[in-house]
Amino acid sequence: MSHVLVLVDAPEGEVRKSTLELLTLARRFGRPAAVVLQAADPAAVEQLGRYGAETVYVVDDPAARDFLVAPTVDALARVAGGLLKSGDLAGVLTGSSPDAKDVAARLAVRLGSGVVTDAVNVEAGDDGRPVAVQSAFAASYVVRSRFPAGVPVIAVKPNAVTPEEAPVEPAVEQVQISFTDLGKGARITSRTPREASGRPELTDASVVVAGGRGLGGAEAFALIERVADQLGAAVGASRAAVDAGWYPHSHQIGQTGKTVSPQLYLAAGISGAIQHRAGMQTSKTVVVVNKDPDAPIFELSDFGVVGDLHAVLPQFSQEIDRRRS
Amino acid sequence: MLRVVTLVKYTPDPTGDVGFADDGTVDRAAVDGQLSELDEYAAEQALRLAEEAGDAEVTYLTMGPSDAVGALRKALAMGGDRGVHILDDALHGSDVIATSRVLAAALSKLDYDIVLCGMASTDAGTGVIPALLAERLGIPQLTYAQSLALKDRTVRIERETDVAVETVEAELPAVVSVTDRSGDARYPSFKGIMAAKKKPVETWSLADLEVPGDEVGLGAALSATVSATKRPPRQAGPKVVDEGEGGVALADFLAAQKFI
Ligand SMILES: Cc1cc2nc3c(=O)[nH]c(=O)nc-3n(C[C@H](O)[C@H](O)[C@H](O)COP(=O)(O)OP(=O)(O)OC[C@H]3O[C@@H](n4cnc5c(N)ncnc54)[C@H](O)[C@@H]3O)c2cc1C
Ligand SMILES: Nc1ncnc2c1ncn2[C@@H]1O[C@H](COP(=O)(O)O)[C@@H](O)[C@H]1O
Repeated sequence: MSHVLVLVDAPEGEVRKSTLELLTLARRFGRPAAVVLQAADPAAVEQLGRYGAETVYVVDDPAARDFLVAPTVDALARVAGGLLKSGDLAGVLTGSSPDAKDVAARLAVRLGSGVVTDAVNVEAGDDGRPVAVQSAFAASYVVRSRFPAGVPVIAVKPNAVTPEEAPVEPAVEQVQISFTDLGKGARITSRTPREASGRPELTDASVVVAGGRGLGGAEAFALIERVADQLGAAVGASRAAVDAGWYPHSHQIGQTGKTVSPQLYLAAGISGAIQHRAGMQTSKTVVVVNKDPDAPIFELSDFGVVGDLHAVLPQFSQEIDRRRS
Repeated sequence: MLRVVTLVKYTPDPTGDVGFADDGTVDRAAVDGQLSELDEYAAEQALRLAEEAGDAEVTYLTMGPSDAVGALRKALAMGGDRGVHILDDALHGSDVIATSRVLAAALSKLDYDIVLCGMASTDAGTGVIPALLAERLGIPQLTYAQSLALKDRTVRIERETDVAVETVEAELPAVVSVTDRSGDARYPSFKGIMAAKKKPVETWSLADLEVPGDEVGLGAALSATVSATKRPPRQAGPKVVDEGEGGVALADFLAAQKFI
């Protein structure tokens, strides 16, 4: 079987769960090889190997961090080009953050290939080539795409699969690159890391607890945070709550915010506008607290409570504490 | 003179019931179209840049079926100078790779200092077109701008990623995509709507762009839809009215599902 390149997402050196998912998917149609765009931390290499990466390509050049997107494309194109020469490349998998999607698309142009973004799964087709699965139009359609020619490039959403170990001893290969001028066109002149909340990363989280305008004010997000911490969840918000200044934009879920597909999504005081659904409709289980029985969010819910969240959420929290003590 | 080209797309009303046609492409006929809401923000930024520069020209570019001219008219009603509509039957079913090729070919025919895009199309948009245009035109990409400033020939944006807030700078020419936080779009005035009817709109075919028709469209797609199956509508689960025990009922449900 040929190699499948996986672009590693490891902010601060720590490999994200979504990368382990990509390695797991890669094994369905090839032999995973990881591409890391920073100094290779031994623990990270060990972890990539544990999930099946036979080779870890390390491109440790500050340009990859100082310039937007294009140097990452240069690096992947370089590694992919090397494998292509020996006919040893079955595909490329990236994450589905905005920048990762851009990388995937630009790489596809350079490889003369097609690209599918926001995949919720990757399957092996009858011919052994990958088939990308997407969810479209308010998750009302399942779309399967194949790649008639070229090297399939697929950007996959988090939580597509449960990461499975397949331990190997990875070979580490340092790759030197001279980046193109184009690669150095858009310089990142400042970067202010977001304050760590101590909660799971929103896009990776297996449980998300989200609040909307129905909270009535910033203080009420304390109710959301309490439930989130009890469930080991990340906190999300609707645009109405963000626009009101109750919670930071980095937590907005929806068309113009983050896309999440957790195992469990709890929506409190959110009506379920189409633009909000766009960011959460691939969640596996959805539960709702809303005082309006006709709120459209109930159409998506597996279990709903019609009631005032200011009463329901505190009681829910107490009940969890009671059951756990 | 500052030459701004803004890309606008005509998309089905997102609140409509959009689906797939038999050939696996988006069925645009079924639902009314409109200027993609997210492209209004790009038009707004174009007009602000033009107002600041004084000596400027704003061109809108769209690719789509004949009614896509509606996107140009709506944007022109907000302001700006002219529109270009890429219209060709061979484009039907184009994937992002082909779409970006055609849009880039049109941009190469136009003079531009800055190319402005929305952050994503509201119909199944993936947001990668701006990056693909940067790739094809060989110019910097500054994507997902929450704010945008131009000083001499340097464009600077602020953007937010998963982990950080970033400032990014590049020299013109560049492609910039803007988010819905970049600033509310103005409403077209009655005068603006009337004026828009007289503004020049050109229609270009693939031949005008020297792009062979058999290298775009459904037949040439590098990713091909094998199947688009409608899911059975999600079955809404039970809904209990809180009469003092709502929180407990929720805990019962989640415990049964092993979340607690
Ligand atoms: C181009 C564009 C992009 C957009 N992008 C996004 C996006 O990314 N994400 C997003 O979320 N929205 C987005 N929106 C906005 C979206 O259309 C809605 O306006 C928004 O999602 C509404 O937020 P909400 O549900 O919190 O508020 P509302 O729609 O006002 O709903 C509040 C809900 O809270 C309930 N409620 C009120 N009080 C209580 C109480 N005490 N207890 C329980 N329930 C209560 C009400 O019954 C109601 O259902 C976008 C819009 C546009 C035009
Ligand atoms: N057919 C099109 N015509 C004009 N502009 C487009 C077209 N498709 C995409 N764009 C531009 O590219 C942006 C991102 O679109 P997308 O990558 O399709 O989500 C949009 O907001 C538009 O500015």
